[in-house]
Amino acid sequence: MAMDLLRFATAGSVDDGKSTLIGRLLFDSKSIFTDQLESVEKTSQDKGHGYVDLSLLTDGLRSEREQGITIDVAYRYFATPNRKFIIADTPGHVQYTRNMVTGASTADLGLVLVDARHGLTEQSRRHAVLLSLLRVPHLVLCINKMDLVDYSQEVYNKISAEFTAFATKLNIPDLEVIPISALQGDNVVTRSTSMDWYSGPTLIHHLEHVHVASDRDLVDVRLPVQYVIRPKSDDHHDYRGYAGQVAGGVLKPGDEVMVLPSGMTSKIAGIDLFDKEIPEAFPPMSVTVRLEDDVDVSRGDMISRVKNAPEPSQDIDAMICWMTNAPLRPRQKLAIKHTSNSARALIKDIQYRLDVNSLHRDLETKELGLNEIGRVQLRTTKPLLCDPYSKNRTTGSFILIDEATGVTVGAGMIND
Amino acid sequence: MTATHADYRLSQLDQLEAESIHIFREAAAEFEKPVLMFSGGKDSIVMLRLAEKAFFPAKIPFPVLQIDNGLDFPEVAETRDRWVQRLGVRLVIASIDDAIARGIVVDDGKTSRNRLQTPTLLNAIEENGFTAAFGGGRRDEEKARAKERVYSHRDEFGQWDPKMQRPELWSLYNGRLHEGEHMRIFPISNWTELDIWDYIGREGIEIPQVYFAHQRRVFERDGMLLTETPLNPLREGEVVTERTVRYRTCGDMTLTGCVESTASTIPEIIEEVAAARVTERGATRGDDRFSEAAMEDRKKEGYF
Ligand SMILES: Nc1nc2c(ncn2[C@@H]2O[C@H](COP(=O)(O)OP(=O)(O)OP(=O)(O)O)[C@@H](O)[C@H]2O)c(=O)[nH]1
Ligand SMILES: [Mg+2]
Repeated sequence: MAMDLLRFATAGSVDDGKSTLIGRLLFDSKSIFTDQLESVEKTSQDKGHGYVDLSLLTDGLRSEREQGITIDVAYRYFATPNRKFIIADTPGHVQYTRNMVTGASTADLGLVLVDARHGLTEQSRRHAVLLSLLRVPHLVLCINKMDLVDYSQEVYNKISAEFTAFATKLNIPDLEVIPISALQGDNVVTRSTSMDWYSGPTLIHHLEHVHVASDRDLVDVRLPVQYVIRPKSDDHHDYRGYAGQVAGGVLKPGDEVMVLPSGMTSKIAGIDLFDKEIPEAFPPMSVTVRLEDDVDVSRGDMISRVKNAPEPSQDIDAMICWMTNAPLRPRQKLAIKHTSNSARALIKDIQYRLDVNSLHRDLETKELGLNEIGRVQLRTTKPLLCDPYSKNRTTGSFILIDEATGVTVGAGMIND
Repeated sequence: MTATHADYRLSQLDQLEAESIHIFREAAAEFEKPVLMFSGGKDSIVMLRLAEKAFFPAKIPFPVLQIDNGLDFPEVAETRDRWVQRLGVRLVIASIDDAIARGIVVDDGKTSRNRLQTPTLLNAIEENGFTAAFGGGRRDEEKARAKERVYSHRDEFGQWDPKMQRPELWSLYNGRLHEGEHMRIFPISNWTELDIWDYIGREGIEIPQVYFAHQRRVFERDGMLLTETPLNPLREGEVVTERTVRYRTCGDMTLTGCVESTASTIPEIIEEVAAARVTERGATRGDDRFSEAAMEDRKKEGYF
């Protein structure tokens, strides 16, 4: 049976109920094991809670349980008959935004939670902006804790309108708004009996049916070469294969291809997946491509089409999310990793800083502080094979690494 | 995966496989001296299979490392040897007894063998100069594991700092290290127990016989069924009976429990796992039962 996969991430302010919602989703879909539940019941009792605290199912670190907040992403898994779900439950606390970005970067869908009593906060806006920058194609706004506002339709309408207005300024192709109570379970897996005025889907129904297959690029061929396979054995003496994970397009034997940055062309002689030759390769398959000619190909190169190839460039214009305390400033030098390529980068200019509340572009501030987002120009030591992030999430993204500490300090999304 | 799909969709198992292969290739390209930690259990066998696929038709470009605690099931060692031989990879064995004899690890008679694995492992990594160690940990196994990155950074003492993990975005893995540090890499992070079984079934690969239902002389301790073995003397009141059992995980024989089961084929195991109401570790791992943070504490020290 071919099951498909949906990756989704939670988002929203601290205490808006993200972890409780994931706990509820797992519990009501019967994906909790008895030993896990017993442990959560016991801890809840020990702490003197009046109810079983389902957030304990994902808050797996000692300090998270002590502080009652999420610090780092927890990955959880569950499946319904047609779909497997990979959940990234991320922290709402502003200090740990980098961990939210970690969880959201690979998501197909973002769940933004808002506390019905408080409405949108700066942090819910920041997370919505990040989800839109990261091009998470589907978004669900969960208006949570409806039990604390008498399941009021007015509250729902107000927050929904406010968020929709904000979202029109962002890039959010698909938005669904669902009123829920993560604690009581309303509209999570079972339809609420307290909100007759709501006729939309429950959360689980939406997650099971949202259409994600169309989000991939099957046109622009991109295969970043990760590894050159050259067996030093008599059986495969002349074998030379270029291994990588297809980032875009469909590759077939016989196709004319171009290798970048050299610009040399050849034809695909064959595509191997382990010990089998396959008729075609498409994202996100990990394959090995053999070429007809003996062209020079190494790690960091890209296989694409002759008339449709990324432009090798040393000048990059990107949105950057900065993830460390010491601010990002012009003239700073960092290591950059882009697909299977590594280089060094110089920050040439910080064009503007984005105010996540007003979406105003601040042209005056020439630095990015912790958790700030801005538009930055970089110059790299060698050409990178880039696409706009809006076209390809793999060839359009990069990370910045502090060369002294080795820590990942920035996430970049290349502009059109 | 053989045939491609008309609508260019990959099944979830194929997606997981592609992701794991990508991780292996990245790490093999970027680390000077990787090693694969191999216990002979189902997860490390699947991991080895994925490594085989990642580099085929070349051989796996790194050795495999086993920590021998002297308490492993003999069937597991046999399966391990067949895999190692078939793939032609180098096997490095670091034994706890040897580490004790050499004075690297101190056996105070109070610390469990399970705990002694950590210093033995860290010493083996240091002595061999390994810069990256692939582990078969899955995030669905346990709540501290659920928090760990694919590339999990370890300091000079081999410690994991769960509050200071590096951001990890997209499939861009940061393998930067300082002298003396190393990386733990978990290529099957996103696989569940059921995925592992589906894959073993699909690939038709060999796993140790203890995973299938068999007759065994067992006794009950702390709510678990443990195997009768001279390595684990009976305590007062414990009685041995013969039952039909199988193992859900393969660890230390004296701490790993089996479950009563008649599942003797992969499809039967899949059916059983799909219906299971207790996690594999909760059901059968004495080492995780000491406290709520048992796994987190061991991981911080440098455990697998
Ligand atoms: N009444 C009510 N309380 C809720 C609901 N959802 C969550 N809570 C409570 O809100 C508090 C915070 O919930 P969490 O799930 O930990 O919040 P979070 O969004 O995961 O917080 P961080 O991860 O730290 O950002 C807990 O005390 C929950 O029990 C709800 O629907 N109704
Ligand atoms: Mg939380």
